[in-house]
Amino acid sequence: MDATGILQILVYLALVAALTPLVGGYLARIFDGRARWLGWIERPIYRLCGVSPEREQHWSAYAASLLAFNLAGALLLYGLLRLQAWLPLNPEGMAAVAPPLAFNTAVSFVTNTNWQAYGGETALGYFVQMTGMTVQNFASAATGIAVAAALIRGFARGSAKTVGHFAVDAVRVTLYLLLPVCVLGALALVWLGVPQNFDPATAAVTLEGAQQTIAQGPVASQMFIKHLGTNGGGFFNANAAHPFENPSALVNLIHMLAIFAIGAGLTNAFGRMVGDVRQGWAILGAMALLFVAGTFALWAADAAANPAFAGLGVDQAANPWQPGGNMEGKEVRFGIAASALFAAVTTAASCGAVVAMHDSLMPLAGLVPLVNILLGEVVVGGVGAGLYGMLVFAVLAVFIAGLMVGRTPEYLGKKIEAREIKLAVIAILSLPVGVLGLGALGMAFGAGAIQDAGPHGLSELLYAYASATGNNGSAFAGFGADTPLHDILLGLAMGVGRYAVIVPVLALAGSAAAKPRIPASAGTFPTHGGLFVGLLVAVVLVVGGLTFFPVLALGPLAEHFALAAAVLY
Amino acid sequence: MFSHVRPALVLIALFTLVAGLGYPFAVTGLAQLAFPHQAHGSLVERDGRVVGSELIGQGFSRPEYLHGRPSVNGYDAANSGGSNLAPSSRALAAQVAERVAAVRALNPGEPGPVPVDLVTASASGLDPDVSPAAALYQARRIAAARGMAETEVRAMVAAFTRGRDLGLLGEPRVNVLEFNLALDARRPMR
Repeated sequence: MDATGILQILVYLALVAALTPLVGGYLARIFDGRARWLGWIERPIYRLCGVSPEREQHWSAYAASLLAFNLAGALLLYGLLRLQAWLPLNPEGMAAVAPPLAFNTAVSFVTNTNWQAYGGETALGYFVQMTGMTVQNFASAATGIAVAAALIRGFARGSAKTVGHFAVDAVRVTLYLLLPVCVLGALALVWLGVPQNFDPATAAVTLEGAQQTIAQGPVASQMFIKHLGTNGGGFFNANAAHPFENPSALVNLIHMLAIFAIGAGLTNAFGRMVGDVRQGWAILGAMALLFVAGTFALWAADAAANPAFAGLGVDQAANPWQPGGNMEGKEVRFGIAASALFAAVTTAASCGAVVAMHDSLMPLAGLVPLVNILLGEVVVGGVGAGLYGMLVFAVLAVFIAGLMVGRTPEYLGKKIEAREIKLAVIAILSLPVGVLGLGALGMAFGAGAIQDAGPHGLSELLYAYASATGNNGSAFAGFGADTPLHDILLGLAMGVGRYAVIVPVLALAGSAAAKPRIPASAGTFPTHGGLFVGLLVAVVLVVGGLTFFPVLALGPLAEHFALAAAVLY
Repeated sequence: MFSHVRPALVLIALFTLVAGLGYPFAVTGLAQLAFPHQAHGSLVERDGRVVGSELIGQGFSRPEYLHGRPSVNGYDAANSGGSNLAPSSRALAAQVAERVAAVRALNPGEPGPVPVDLVTASASGLDPDVSPAAALYQARRIAAARGMAETEVRAMVAAFTRGRDLGLLGEPRVNVLEFNLALDARRPMR
């Protein structure tokens, strides 16, 4: 751990903090209709859809519209994957994708998970990359942000029947934010080296006379939305470790800023819309505490020498001429500090892009991404999903505070009663159901997919089911996930992790919207200060810890102690 | 129910047209006008033939060239990826031991331990860079193979070391292909 590394992390945090009010202010203008410079495009779209934007939806209609849109997207993507061999812009002649993998991939991209049981450059042609993957990168991001908008309105309004209009929210966030930012961002990426073409693979003859086939494609356009929308599905198999996806540490910084921009901005939009920006900063503060602790833990663990290489004649110490540390599965241009920061960002934010192979992280370094996911992807979290996930924990936190003092809990002037707690608990329970329930089935019937022996093998399978249910998409990629059993179980896990949260959250939004806003009194527990932040962090840690500590002890922790004692598997 | 179906179908069709076709085509057109070299993959030509990409590593095994990092796919730029082996994997430790032996055999007379990036597989299998330490470790061998002074090669390593981006981000590194092209230009092999 060195000063330059610390400075990289601090600069990143400062840039995110500076972006937060800018993005948040704009998001609030999008959600409440004040941004209208593209009204001339919006109105014909609503006419085509047959909706009137003024007539908002009850939460149940909002949910039905969302589910219909996601179902249509999943069916279309499944069809594109199955029909790939007959589609244009496929210079390498990629074949149709088999049914279990096509199901898994369709669910994966529609749920903003972007788990990839295939290798991008060996399985997908350009047409499917664009009209399948890129489209769902936008659509799933817009879906998540829309749900967050509905929940914010639920808390911001009093005695209201509606929470917004799904089609309007999805269209507006795409039109006003995602598309324009992506056009500019993608061009910046090309300038900095990311390819953007429809060329067939390049045949090069290397300096030593060997043939090298270099995969090409429209990479930059997919790259920017992949990070801005916290999707994370790579154009290439190596994801953002591939030099074409991420040619330099500067591009790496842009990717990381894109990943956090909307998630952090949403906390600010939330504060603005409920009429107290401090509420947003409190939520972001709780996220930041968890994030910073995880980042430094990850970095410290991975900057250390691997005891397994002791006595082999390897120089693992950092010095001015080399980053040292655990370089297996790393790229030299990023080294340990930037790779550790990215690994923390991508798992905190439910993105799932990787610049280092998480499977090869040191045991305690690999523990941090797992913990980030298993805490419910609420440390900034996926676009929309992070905010609504954290607000669910906030509801639980004020409930626990209310139990302690014997007073009916309130959050933002809304009484939190049995119905709200039930909905919050359903949303929180989806994660253990997917990770431990479906993961146990995967272990019982599909342990053959595990690559590494010993405790790390359990970590691989655990990571797969955590990543799927948490809609993250990164992997301990030695896990051979493309078997029919895991394709289907992981597909189900992604669906549970997405919709068993979204539907209760929308119900919570409806329920909160219907309640009157009670003015704060002397007895109200303030939810914008340090005490609340501490309580919120504690609730997140206790819920996650109680649920998952045993399995984490058997996986990464056991591996750590074994490795420290020089036991290999 | 139909009230939900129509917007869903219209929206997914519009997303496909605008985000799936319009957006990537627009970016491609603008990118190829503004940044044609990068847009086509930063390809490197020598004597009118494409010898690789600035960004993509390629395999080197001859003594007169700087060698890059181990690649699990043999620098196949149409099939990227890492080993994904666990840090506690016996197979990984065995591979590292084997690579150390091979690097030592190629660079006799180098007393110190081998820089870690030279014996561990990169994440992409296409890492274009090595650390300055890994480049310096090979200086004596390269100099001997090309009949250059070792100090000259070491000076080249210093000259071709790219610092951190903006002086802050990432790590110092030497681009292996760029370095080898420079070696060939300065002291061609017959």
